[in-house]
Amino acid sequence: MATPNTASTEDKRSYYLYLIPGVLGFCAIVLLPQIANLALSFTAWKGVGIPRFVGLQNYERMLSDGQFWGSMSHTLLFVISMTIIPVVFGLVLAALLFDYIRDQFGETVSSLFRAAFYLPQILPITAAGVLWGWIFNPVGVINIILKGVGLGALSQNWLGDATYALPAVSLVIVWIQVGYCLVVFMAGLSRIDPALYEAAELDGAGWWQRLVTITIPLLAPEIFVVVLTTLIAALKVFAPIFVLTAGGPDNATLVPSYLTYYHFFTTQRVGYGAAIAVVQTILTIGLAVIFLRFQSRQAGRE
Amino acid sequence: MADTTLTSVAAVPHAVHDYRRHGTGRWFVLALLSFLLLLVLFPFFLALSNSVKSSVDYAMNGPLSLPTALDFSALVKFWNLADFSRKLLNSAIISLAVAVVGVTISLLNAYAIGIGKVRGSRVILVVLLLGIMVPQESIIYPLYYMAKATGLYDTQLAVIIIFAVIQSAFGTYLLSSVLSSFPREIIEAAEMDGANRWQILWQVVVPVLRPSLMVVGTFFFIWTWNEFLIPLVMLVSNNNQTVSVAMGLTRGQNMSDPTLQAAASLLGMAPTLIFFLIFQRTLTRGVVVGAVK
Repeated sequence: MATPNTASTEDKRSYYLYLIPGVLGFCAIVLLPQIANLALSFTAWKGVGIPRFVGLQNYERMLSDGQFWGSMSHTLLFVISMTIIPVVFGLVLAALLFDYIRDQFGETVSSLFRAAFYLPQILPITAAGVLWGWIFNPVGVINIILKGVGLGALSQNWLGDATYALPAVSLVIVWIQVGYCLVVFMAGLSRIDPALYEAAELDGAGWWQRLVTITIPLLAPEIFVVVLTTLIAALKVFAPIFVLTAGGPDNATLVPSYLTYYHFFTTQRVGYGAAIAVVQTILTIGLAVIFLRFQSRQAGRE
Repeated sequence: MADTTLTSVAAVPHAVHDYRRHGTGRWFVLALLSFLLLLVLFPFFLALSNSVKSSVDYAMNGPLSLPTALDFSALVKFWNLADFSRKLLNSAIISLAVAVVGVTISLLNAYAIGIGKVRGSRVILVVLLLGIMVPQESIIYPLYYMAKATGLYDTQLAVIIIFAVIQSAFGTYLLSSVLSSFPREIIEAAEMDGANRWQILWQVVVPVLRPSLMVVGTFFFIWTWNEFLIPLVMLVSNNNQTVSVAMGLTRGQNMSDPTLQAAASLLGMAPTLIFFLIFQRTLTRGVVVGAVK
């Protein structure tokens, strides 16, 4: 009796061998660097020689660093273009495509729309950035169109003017993000029983009422997922800023990721850059924990 | 009860009739959506039409008109200027290697977690996911330092190792959940036949899992292709850079020549666009997982 039992426990244990490459790799590439970064955040270091321990000095410095607070406030503004506008657009578009276009013009038309709106999401952001940089150029497409319709007075140096740079970058981000929300919402809508809509329609509910009373409440889990994932992404915006504005003009589009990069590789204030990255990490983990809790609760329910 | 049934039966033709009556409404919605669609696609159109235009044509007719004649000189010029075939090859090598290695690591992890149900699987999964969701800025400097110390700095191998590990955290998560519902009987039957664990993995599990492995590999490929920060830091020499990095460094270089810039963006977007057209269905399935990176 005892022999097969022992064998199977031993057997079970041998599964651990399969985790070795993955776990070793993860420790070397993610865990160890993460710990090293945390340690560096308590030091002053130029990237060569031995880091000098300075306690919480980097964090104290952050408190009075206008660039840091500026970058944080831009992150909050990017929540509008990363999360709020795409979620609202995504909901309305998904509802229109799902319960109107698909009904009236068929599945093919609605999936064509979906794929096209999703397109900007899959591009390398840097390539899209080159395109938009050209569109926003002082002698670029937007200003040429404005001139063409007689509104030449409105033309601006969109990315080069501190007033307009942030809204211009935000427009690009909305363009990228709407497709993501749309695709997730449309996948969610496919769970909804069409009979609900028919019943509501019979009761005389218009399209808007159906959206508010049926679609939005039923899509609550998807909305939650999209809001959290886009908030996490908003904390990490880097490539669009790098390509479009490099944080300028006058720091008007500076974000924490770019500031970290700047301190690591331009000013060589590695300890300070690390400290900013730590703050970003803590905020991200906070959001990620909420997200994972929610995901496992959803999985438990299914 | 009977009443309800009757009304719902009656409702169907009524609803159809109702839509017909609102015929103008439906065309209005279609027109509105099509307009939005054109707005979204307009930048692509601009990139395409201006990259096949001659500079003279652009200077005379501006960016909005269609090219008077097809002129590929801007495309050719950017291709040579950026050594674009080299960049394409680099991106393809790195992304493909990451897909293969990443999927293998994910598979091994998921075998232990999903089928082996080793103790602590849940903790492992959560740690893997958290580790991946944190901003890459928080690991980039130590990675940069390690790469320099080991002589891997400015090699594609460094980027391949880093992304194979990072992507495999997602892969482990995805494949573990697929494998946790893998039919026990199949594995037990193979054990009866005397197959050992390693043989069961490759001869029993992998053939069944092949479609999921392909899906995960496709994600890894495109995610790696589009990555920017880590390749930017790791690959300094022109010969090692990826398409995404080359695009990031194009900023400001060609402002003086608009057709060249249009050509650059078109070439930068084209590979992913083609990839998307081929794998559209697969790629839209992975959106949520992809977004938390």
